[in-house]
Order: sequence, then C-alpha cells, then structure tokens
Amino acid sequence: MKCFSRYLPYIFRPPNTILSCSCHTEADIISTVEFNHTGELLATGDKGGRVVIFQREQESKNQPHRRGEYNVYSTFQSHEPEFDYLKSLEIEEKINKIRWLPQQNAAYFLLSTNDKTVKLWKVSERDKRPEGYNLKDEDGRLRDPSMITMLRVPVLRPMDLMVEATPRRVFANAHTYHINSISVNSDYETYMSADDLRINLWNFEITNQSFNIVDIKPANMEELTEVITAAEFHPHHCNTFVYSSSKGTIRLCDMRASALCDRHSKFFEEPEDPSNRSFFSEIISSISDVKFSHSGRYIMTRDYLTVKVWDLNMENRPIETYQVHDYLRSKLCSLYENDCIFDKFECVWNGSDSVIMTGSYNNFFRMFDRNTKRDVTLEASRENSKPRAILKPRKVCVGGKRRKDEISVDSLDFSKKILHTAWHPSENIIAVAATNNLYIFQDKVN
Amino acid sequence: MGEEEGLHQTQLLDTMFVRGLKRKCFDGEEDIEGTLAGFKAIPSYNLQRQSLLDMSLVKLQLCHMLVEPNLCRSVLIANTVRQIQEEMTQDGTWQMINTQSAGQTSLDRLVSTDILCRSSKEQAEGKLVPVYSTFTKDCEGTQSQDNSEIMSTVTSPQAPRNLQSNMWEMENPQENRGNFQKSLDQIFETLENKSPNTVEDLFSEVDNSYYDLDTVLTGMMSNTKMGHCDVLETFPSQTTANSNSNCKSDLNELDHIVEILVES
Repeated sequence: MKCFSRYLPYIFRPPNTILSCSCHTEADIISTVEFNHTGELLATGDKGGRVVIFQREQESKNQPHRRGEYNVYSTFQSHEPEFDYLKSLEIEEKINKIRWLPQQNAAYFLLSTNDKTVKLWKVSERDKRPEGYNLKDEDGRLRDPSMITMLRVPVLRPMDLMVEATPRRVFANAHTYHINSISVNSDYETYMSADDLRINLWNFEITNQSFNIVDIKPANMEELTEVITAAEFHPHHCNTFVYSSSKGTIRLCDMRASALCDRHSKFFEEPEDPSNRSFFSEIISSISDVKFSHSGRYIMTRDYLTVKVWDLNMENRPIETYQVHDYLRSKLCSLYENDCIFDKFECVWNGSDSVIMTGSYNNFFRMFDRNTKRDVTLEASRENSKPRAILKPRKVCVGGKRRKDEISVDSLDFSKKILHTAWHPSENIIAVAATNNLYIFQDKVN
Repeated sequence: MGEEEGLHQTQLLDTMFVRGLKRKCFDGEEDIEGTLAGFKAIPSYNLQRQSLLDMSLVKLQLCHMLVEPNLCRSVLIANTVRQIQEEMTQDGTWQMINTQSAGQTSLDRLVSTDILCRSSKEQAEGKLVPVYSTFTKDCEGTQSQDNSEIMSTVTSPQAPRNLQSNMWEMENPQENRGNFQKSLDQIFETLENKSPNTVEDLFSEVDNSYYDLDTVLTGMMSNTKMGHCDVLETFPSQTTANSNSNCKSDLNELDHIVEILVES
C-alpha cells in the first residue's frame, strides 16, 4: 500500500493513567474516539466518564518536525455514575459515543452519551479576563464603598489560555434501554439517539421532548429476537438514516414517509451461505457498526469476522466483503465461551472513501484499500512505536509452519482488542485506541 | 470441571461446530494426544451440543447483578438456545434429556437444574420484562422519580389487575433476585457438606416436571404444575394470564422453597 509506507507514531495517554502496560485502572479504558470535522481536534471518551480532547499543533517554522502533533487541549468529566432506584441497577458512566457538531463560531460543540443520557458540551477558550472592577478588588472581595473615590472602566487583559467545557444541554430520560449510537443530522438542528429497541429524534434546543422514530419493541418481550445495534444519519440527506440489527440486516428509512419509521424504505441483507452454517452463524452476523461513506453513496458494516461495503442502490448483497480475521472461524466456540464473540468492533472510512479500517485482537488493526484490493495488518504496541519508526506489517499464520515474525492464532492475546479507531477527515492520520492507550499514527510522505 | 479440561473441551467443540472445515494440525502434535488422552474418545455431536446448551444457559444466568445486562448479548444467546432446542426437538433427542434429568441426583445436575428453572426470556431481560411490558408509557420519563411517586401513578384505576400484580413484582424484583442468589449460595454451601442421599431427600417433594426444560424455555409455566408441593400452596398464586407474571410468580415461589429448605 502506498500510504502508510512511513509512519510517525506517537503515543498519547489520557492523564492520570499508570503508564505501565500491566496495571491500569479500568476507568481509563478508552471507549470512543472521534475526530472533529476539520481534524483539528480529537476527542476520546473513557469508561470513567471522562472526555479528553486533543488539539493539533499549528505548523511552526522553528520546529518543522513537530507539525501536526496532538496535545491535550481539554479534559472534563462528562458523565457520572448513577443509580436507577426503580430497577436497583447502576447506570454506568462509560462514554459510549462522542459526536462533534460542525463549528459555527469560536467555540466547539460535541455530544457525548452514556447508556442513558446524552449531553451537549461547549468547549471554549478564554484568554482574556476583565480587570479593574469598581466594587470588588482583584481577589473578588467586595470593597468598602466608602473607600471608593473614583470610577474606572474595567479593561480586558490577556491571561493564560484556559479551555473550559460547560454542559449546555442534557437530554435525559428518553431511553429505557442502553444507548448504542448518536448521530448528528446534516441539518445541524437535530440529532438521533438509538438504543437496543428504539431510536429517538431530538432538536438541539429542546431537552424535555424527543420524537420516537423507530420502535422495534415487540408487544410481548418474550418474542424479542432482534435488537438495534447501530444507527447513523445520511451525510447529506437530512431525511434519511440507516440502522443495523443483531440479525445482520440494515434498514434505510426515510423520515418523510411517516412519523414512525417502522417500515423501512430499503432493506439490506446478504443471503446466508449454507456451507458455513453453524450455531454461531447468527451471532457472527450481528452488525456491530454501520457507517455511511463521506460521499453518501455507500454504507459499510462490521460484523464479527468481516467488513462489508454496500451500495445504497443494491439491497440484496454487499458489493465488497473483506475478511478481517477469518482464522477465528474455527475458534468460535472458545470465543463464545469467553464472550469475545460479542465484542463490538467499529469501522471507519478514510477521507476519500478509498481505504477502510477496523480493529482486531492482539492490538492488531486492519486496513483495506478498496481500489487496489490490498490489505495490511498493523499493530499498536509500545515496542513497535518508537517515534519516526515505520510500522511493520504483521501476519497471522493459520497453521502448518510458522515463519519468523508471524504470530500463530493460538498466541493471540484476546484481551488486547482494538474496538475503536478514527481517521482524520482529510489527511492520513489515524487514531487507534488500544485499551487505555491512544495511538496516533501519521503518514509522512516527504 | 478443571480449567484445563474445560479449555480442551472447548477446543474440541471448536472443531466439531464448524461444519465443512477440515481439522487442521495444531502447532504441537502432543496437544492433540493430550486432549484425546484426557477424554478417551471425542465426545459425540449430541454431547457437544448439550454442552453448548448448558454453557448458553449458564451465560444467561450469570448476568452482572449491579449493572443491567447487555440486551443484545442476551438476545443472541437466547436465540442460540432456541436454535439448539429446535434442532434437538427435530432430532428427537429432546425427550431423552427430559427423562434423564428426572433421575439425576449428582450435585452438578442439581446446580444446573436450578439454573434451568428460570425462563430464558426472564434472564434475557434481567427482570425488566414484567415492569416494562405494562409500564411502557408510565415508566419512560419517570426514572428519576422516587419509588413512592411511581406507586401512586400505578394505583390509578385504569388497569387495576395487571398493574397491581406488576406493582407487587416491582416492589420485590431486585430483593427477590438478591435473596434468590443468596439462598442459592447457601444451598451450595449446605449441600456440599451433605451426602447425595440427603440431597435427594431434600428435593424429593418437589415436582420434577417443574424443571422441564421445554416449559422453561417457552416460558409457559402454568400454576397447575406448582400445585404439587405443599409449601407452594401456601402462596397466593398469581392469577393473571400474563405469562410473564407466571414466570415471575414461579420464581418467587422457588425462592420461598429455597429459603425454607435452607432454614431446615
């Protein structure tokens, strides 16, 4: 592959983590990664409910090699653990998804969600502060009015840059089940939140009301056999969205057709391959992520073993299927036993929709070039990530003789899974979350 | 079952369950010999399938008590269980399993039948089902309210019978679940010290058809099956037609059995 022939990997970790690999607190596990629309900012959410935002350094003539490094810009606690007294259950503070709003003024806005509540955060900079008040002194203490002999106009003086995050809206109490997706609409006025059985449409300005647009809850819960796993709005058509299910299907809905979009406009499903049928067929067909291409022409879905690209105009089968880690097909029972078969991997497009990327186990992640049909397996690990080092392609050997540098299937570490990755909207910069570490890789073709 | 044995068994399960795939050579040939030696013979497909069924049922049981279980995972496991059951019914092996379980007295068997007592759907929804199937409109949007406020909403005259039974369930679901788990733990402790014969005596009065896997999985347990035991008859039986309530009441009655048995 032409891109990523040379790499400049950096390792960033959210603050307060213990650096050694073997011991880290569970709260530091990264649960979502997202670039904003310009790629200037990169947000991560973790299991402890915190959001850490990185900002790309500006180009500088003095230090040309530092161009494009991401540094911590802001850290804040987005969600706190809660207790549902009705059900006597804890509500986790883990951030499931972060989605940025397009920038409309000097401040940045993002949506972050846990299992139950979506919040709109405003991240803004403050680099000036007013000085010279009349009624209070610099410490904020009130001055004795009898001591004031003259009036002055407060002036704004520069101060050290301070980045503050404030919650502007809290969208709560609309989801009975766990929220798995949020998606900002192209009209920039509405967004949707999807849980296991329902999808709600919100207006950013209104927090006490939301419209239910999809409801697949059966009247009798004993008949429940399918849940919603992911949902996303079309990037250009504000009336169109898709949602995926645990049975490996994708439904495209048009909100103009009816208020409740229970009847889909398009239904995407690939017929099952009878030769591969097993008790695990349904589980591995469950779609863990669905993403529109930037063009809006295609959708990409991730199930346990493959990534598929679908053309919106063809419902009966995907146009491309890529094997992520087919060597796991013979290990499905073990993976079922240790619950790894339920891992939800995400997938991402690059800016030009020519390359797709998804994660795997052993801190491996895979990239597929749709044009050349070539693919590569890379590893996000400390040993391989010296600055300015080249990321070496990895290979898993499936049996028989193991070549040098290959790793056998049985040696894979299934606790090291890369579920969340992100690709810069226009450049070849990727962010890969490996448990509690964030790796940012750049392609420097000079 | 030791961890090692379990690991070997699932490795074998892997090769059994992927149809159409040639068995590949493992890295170390001594591994194969080791596993074969451990088992004397490769378990039959039926045994493998049974093992997968047991594993699935245990998974449905072992939900985290503190945090709501993952609904997607539960649904997928429940679908797998249903698939196995359908295949076993077609095979005709389903009836065989039922007659076998009735006569079992080993400790392991007892443990597994206790787990099988709960309907798979009940486990899948983690006790949310009775509450939300009726409460959908009421409960959504009121999670932050006190329990007392919910109670007053519930006692409105519109649908008295259903709501009342569900209110009863709602008051106690978590407590009962906690008690059930605690009682289960106590049972395990007590049973470990007793001989199998005593164990058999303890459970001899209970109607074995209660543990019928078929009825458990279809969630259609009727009250008539429960009437066999004197202990159970002292309970107010739930008379609603809602099968969710039936499962709930049966579970609460089981809870009571367990409490009584442990105290004795």
